[in-house]
Amino acid sequence: MGARTIFEKIWDDHAVIQERGKPNLLYIDLHLVHEVTSPQAFEGLRLKGRKVRRPDLTYATMDHNVPTENRFSISDEIAKKQMDTLVENCKEFGITLADLNSPEQGIVHVIGPELGLTQPGKTIVCGDSHTSTHGAFGALAFGIGTSEVEHVLATQTLWQAKPKTMKVNVDGKLGPGVTAKDVIMAIIGKYGVNFGTGFVIEYTGQVIRNMSMEERMTICNMSIEAGAKAGLISPDEKTFEYLRGKKHVPDGEDFDRAVEEWKALATDDGAEYDRIVEIDGSKIVPQVTWGTNPSMCVPVTKAVPSPDDFETEGEKRAVQQALEYMGLTPDTPIEDIEIQHVFIGSCTNSRLSDLQAAAKIVEGKKVAPGVRAMVVPGSQNVKEIAEQEGLDQIFIEAGFEWRDSGCSMCLGMNPDTVPEGERCASTSNRNFEGRQGKGARTHLVSPPMAAAAAIYGKFVDIRKLEKEPVGQE
Amino acid sequence: MKPIVVHKGKVAGMDRVNVDTDQIIPKQFLKRVERTGFGQFLFFDWRFKKDGSENEEFELNQPENRDATILAAGQNFGCGSSREHAPWALQDYGFKVIIAPSFADIFYNNCLKNGILPVTLDEKDVQYVIKESQAADYKCTIDLQRQIICDDSGFQRIFDIDPYWKEMLINGWDEIDVTLKYNKHITEFEKQHRL
Repeated sequence: MGARTIFEKIWDDHAVIQERGKPNLLYIDLHLVHEVTSPQAFEGLRLKGRKVRRPDLTYATMDHNVPTENRFSISDEIAKKQMDTLVENCKEFGITLADLNSPEQGIVHVIGPELGLTQPGKTIVCGDSHTSTHGAFGALAFGIGTSEVEHVLATQTLWQAKPKTMKVNVDGKLGPGVTAKDVIMAIIGKYGVNFGTGFVIEYTGQVIRNMSMEERMTICNMSIEAGAKAGLISPDEKTFEYLRGKKHVPDGEDFDRAVEEWKALATDDGAEYDRIVEIDGSKIVPQVTWGTNPSMCVPVTKAVPSPDDFETEGEKRAVQQALEYMGLTPDTPIEDIEIQHVFIGSCTNSRLSDLQAAAKIVEGKKVAPGVRAMVVPGSQNVKEIAEQEGLDQIFIEAGFEWRDSGCSMCLGMNPDTVPEGERCASTSNRNFEGRQGKGARTHLVSPPMAAAAAIYGKFVDIRKLEKEPVGQE
Repeated sequence: MKPIVVHKGKVAGMDRVNVDTDQIIPKQFLKRVERTGFGQFLFFDWRFKKDGSENEEFELNQPENRDATILAAGQNFGCGSSREHAPWALQDYGFKVIIAPSFADIFYNNCLKNGILPVTLDEKDVQYVIKESQAADYKCTIDLQRQIICDDSGFQRIFDIDPYWKEMLINGWDEIDVTLKYNKHITEFEKQHRL
C-alpha cells in the first residue's frame, strides 16, 4: 500500500463493507450519548424490538440541559423529563451513564478524553456536531443525527461516503497572547464557514506540534464550524503522555503495545491530500467575532466591517443582516464594543488550561460594574482540579460566578442565557442568532480575551496588558 | 420512511446563505422526546414576533409561499448543530424537497434518513428558482428516478445523488433493516478487530 494519511488508515481499518460506488459500512469503536439527541433513537429501538449491539462501546452522560447551579433542583419539567428518559434508557439497554451524581459527569467532549475513552485510531461518533473535538487524539470523530444514533446503537456501524482529505498546515510560531482559539477562528475567518464541507481536515505544522492536547482539542472542536466532516491531528508523544494512566487506557505492557500501534497511525511521508491550505501562525493575532457566524471575525485591533467591503450581493446582504442583529455600525473599533456578559465554558474552551489562562488575567482584579461573568468548567473533574489549584477563589473574588459543569450558556438550553439585545464575550463556538438566548449578541473569543473583557467591560487586546500573556514560547 | 419518487409542489424561496439549524429549530424546542410536532416551531425566531404574531416580512409568511412543499435557499443550508429536529421540523411543516447550491454534511444525511430529498443545483439555477418562486403559483417537479428537476416553463436540470441513497429514498427502506442483512459481516469484523 502506498503512503497514506492518518484518516485513510483509520478508514481502511474500519470498513466492514467496501463495495464500488456505494458508501462504506464503517465500524464504530466508541459511541457517546447525551440526553438531547438520543430519546427518539432509543424509542425507535423499542418500537422495533431491537437491542443495543455493543453497550460496552457506548457511554452516556447528561450535559446540554443540566443546571449549573442547584443542579439537583431542576425547575424545567421538560428538561427534567429528557434527563429522566436518558436514565431509564441507559438502565433498560445496559449503557454506562455518568449522571448528575457521578464525578465523571461533564460535557461529553470533555469527559471522553479525560476518561481515556478517546484514543488514537478509534472511530468515534456522538449525536453532537462538536464530536470533531476527539480528532485531537488522532481519532476519526464526527457528529451524527438521531437516526444515525439509532443505527449505531442497533448495528455499531454507519454507512458513510468517503470524504475528501484536506491538510491545514499551520507553521511559524504563535505570538504572545495568541491561543488555539485564535488560530482556528483566524482560519475560519479567512476561508469561510463551508470551506471544509465534504472534507476531513488534518491539522499539521509547527504551531500544532507545539500545542498541548487541550489546545489541539480546541482546534479540532471548531472543524465543524468550517463545515468539515471531522478534524484530526496525527498522534505524538504529547498524545501518549496525556493518555497514560487514564481510566480506560490500557496500562503496563499493554500501554506500550498500544503506543506502538498509535505511532503507526501518523500520516506517512509523501501521503497526498485533495487540498492543502498553508497558514502562517506568526501572523495570527487575537480574534473577535462581530457577526452571526464564526467566519465573521476580525483581529481585535481592527474595526467592524461594512457591507461595502464584501463582493457579492449575497455577502453584502448577509453582513447587513448580521450587523442589524448585532446592533453594530460599520467602522466601530472592536475595542470600543462594550459587553454585559462573559461566558467562559463550552466544549471548545472549558478545560483546565483554559481556566488557568483566564484566571491569570483575572487574578487580583474585579469584574467591571454592570458585567455578569460566569465560569462553567467542562466537567466535574475539571472543576475539582481547578478548585484544588484555587482557581475558583480567583474567579469568585473577582466577581465571577463559579458553576457546576455542563454546556450551559453555549446554547442556553438550561437557565443560563443572555437577555435580548445584550452582548456576551463567549469562549464557545457559535455566534448564531439566538444561540445564547433570543436576541442575544454573541462575540466569540479565547478564554484570556473573555477574562479581559470581563475586567474592562469591553474588548481589549490582551497583548497590551502588563502581565505576561499566554502563548507559545 | 415514506418513499419519495416524483414530487410536484409549490416552491418557497429563501434567499439567505448559511442558514443554520439553530434558526431552523431554536434550542428551546429540543427538549421533546418525540420525533413529531416540530413544524409549529420551524424558524420560530424568524417566523414570529415577540408578541407571538406572525412576522409578515419573513419569507415563509408571505402569501405566495404558503403551502409550499419545496424550499429553495442559499449555500451551506443546514450548517451548525447536528440536531435532527431540523429536518423533522421542515418535514412536519410540509417540506418534502430542499434545493440549495450546497448543504452542510450532517443536515444532508439527516434529510435522507427522513425521506426529505436534498437537491443540489448550481448557484445560478437556485437563484432562478428563488426568483421564479415569487410568483404565487410557481411549482417545480422533482423526478428522483430520472434525477431531474423541472418547472412548467422549460427549466430542466439533472441533479446528483448517491445511488445508494436514491434507492433507499425511492423504496422508503428502513436503513437498519438493510444493515442487519450484513450482520454476519459485522460479527466477522468484530472477531478480528482489536479495540
